[in-house]
Amino acid sequence: MKRKTTIPSEHPGLTQKQLQHRHQRRVLRERLMTLPFLFPSLAGVLVFFVLPFLVVIYQSVLDNPVTKNFVFLKNYEMLVNNNAFRMAVKNTLTFSAIAVPLAVILPLLLAIILMSNIPGRSRFRTMFITPLMVPVASVVLIWQVVFHYNGVLNEITAMFGAAPIDWLKSEYGHLVVLVLYLWKNIGYNMILFMSALAAIPKDIIEVAMLEGAGPIRRFFAIKLRYLSSSIVFVSLLSLINSFKVFREVYLLTGDYPYDTLYMLQHFMNNTFGSLDYQKLSSAAILMSVVMIIIIGAMLIIDEKFGGELEE
Amino acid sequence: MTQTPRITPPDEIHIIHKKKRNIPLFLLRAAAFLLLVVIAIAFLLPIVLTIANSFMSSSEISANYGQVFSGVSGQRTFIAEKVNLKFIPDRVVADQYLTVLLKSPDYLLKFWNSVILVAPIVIFQVVVALGASYCFARFQTKFRSVIFFTYIILMLMPYQVTLVPNYLVSDWLGLLDTRWAIILPGIFSPFAVFILTKFMRRIPTAMIEAAKLDGAGEWQIFTQVCVPLCRGIIWSVVVLIFMDYWNMVEQPLILFKERAEELSPLSVFLSKINQGDVGLAFAVATVYMIPALLLFMYSEEYLIDGIASQSGIKG
Repeated sequence: MKRKTTIPSEHPGLTQKQLQHRHQRRVLRERLMTLPFLFPSLAGVLVFFVLPFLVVIYQSVLDNPVTKNFVFLKNYEMLVNNNAFRMAVKNTLTFSAIAVPLAVILPLLLAIILMSNIPGRSRFRTMFITPLMVPVASVVLIWQVVFHYNGVLNEITAMFGAAPIDWLKSEYGHLVVLVLYLWKNIGYNMILFMSALAAIPKDIIEVAMLEGAGPIRRFFAIKLRYLSSSIVFVSLLSLINSFKVFREVYLLTGDYPYDTLYMLQHFMNNTFGSLDYQKLSSAAILMSVVMIIIIGAMLIIDEKFGGELEE
Repeated sequence: MTQTPRITPPDEIHIIHKKKRNIPLFLLRAAAFLLLVVIAIAFLLPIVLTIANSFMSSSEISANYGQVFSGVSGQRTFIAEKVNLKFIPDRVVADQYLTVLLKSPDYLLKFWNSVILVAPIVIFQVVVALGASYCFARFQTKFRSVIFFTYIILMLMPYQVTLVPNYLVSDWLGLLDTRWAIILPGIFSPFAVFILTKFMRRIPTAMIEAAKLDGAGEWQIFTQVCVPLCRGIIWSVVVLIFMDYWNMVEQPLILFKERAEELSPLSVFLSKINQGDVGLAFAVATVYMIPALLLFMYSEEYLIDGIASQSGIKG
């Protein structure tokens, strides 16, 4: 919805300057008239997110809520030297580093396969997004049956002579959560890629075919450029969702998971338990700074690779 | 579309192309199809198994999964040496459902807790967001762009970050240990604003200008032009918000304290039921799935359009 640039000539008696002035006033009034629509949302966001966030920043540089001495970065120092925090960061980052690339590549492959005239495309699409619509809490029981020490998976591996493992309480705990995470997120990302693939202009692909470019060349030279924006977006979404796997871990293993599954949210929950405001606020601020850096980097990447394609 | 003159018409090229690699292409597609079938089955398996298990009697469940849950459930009747995953119950039993729905009000109460938390969030987040997105989409001034960008950053922040400010406000307003501590931040969560704004920006200016010529004020344009055009996308936003909150775990764990037992939604409670009666837990799990699955069946097309419409970070 762009604003008009031409000036209406309904008032022949007025000079061009006066007309322009009137027009500007009308546009301004029109704009002001739409502002009230924003107020409820803006007020809520300010009260529940922005203002308390400023207080959180303030809290993070005080020594404690009572004496309120300014200590600047001391809380942050204590935080990064905290063993539990380090473990949580390490586990969360390890998980994200494995999960995010898979959550981008696998749905992209699925989307490419589905878009290549496979019969029953919409049926498959439905089946792949169904996990999105199933509450994690509901299927956790089945996952416990599969990954338990006496569970189904160990029976299968036993057939190949492997020793049983208590999957959730081992180094493989990550793997179990990863499967659950991919199960949940693949469908969503696949739909984003399918719509991006459908938006690639057909004539460009045809020209490339005429020029003799094979399917692999066509993908890397043409399609990938059109997909770059979606890839950035899906990566970002998947990263945020990978921070949410606490849900799955909590539902599968409860409050006290195996060490490698101790996530940032576990750390936050424990800190909420002891109500250490300084630790909480410095952790929240540190994480938000990291997130803002990541978002900024993604936007720059997006600009660099996808920018030239925008009109 | 402008057609550039071609030496060979594209149709013929396709034919040549196809003839050359007819057999491998067919095989490739068959393999791809098979792969999709396998993946689809793997995707649906957990859901089907949960539902199937909910119709088994308690003794059948413990006979099948005895080992898995025997550590936590006191009652052992038959314990199998190995764990069996079964699709079809020996005898279809609906006792658990009777217990869940009628005999033991505890589960229904938790279910009700979920409903009473999620329904207001879904409804009011959409209402509040519709207004905000109308404002963001109608004119794109510098001021609005800055606010909109702030919304996007907020939307992308994980719970680990946003729960701290939420907790502080709830504490100041005395909302901790009440449902409002979850409902109010939920209503103002910027997620719906993001999708709705992206959609509303695509409404042609001509439609709005036409309404204006007919003498419509902003309120009329909003309620009679924009909102009706958004009907499909609203449905998909409703589904996405619903799923996010129907699944919630983090918020109740932190914002409910002394009254956690009483106020917690079923999503938190479910993981604790299997420490009691496993057969019952499957039935509760299935009951909990039903609203989500119904909503999905009713709105699948809208949902897909809605997901597809948020193709990038920028407006």
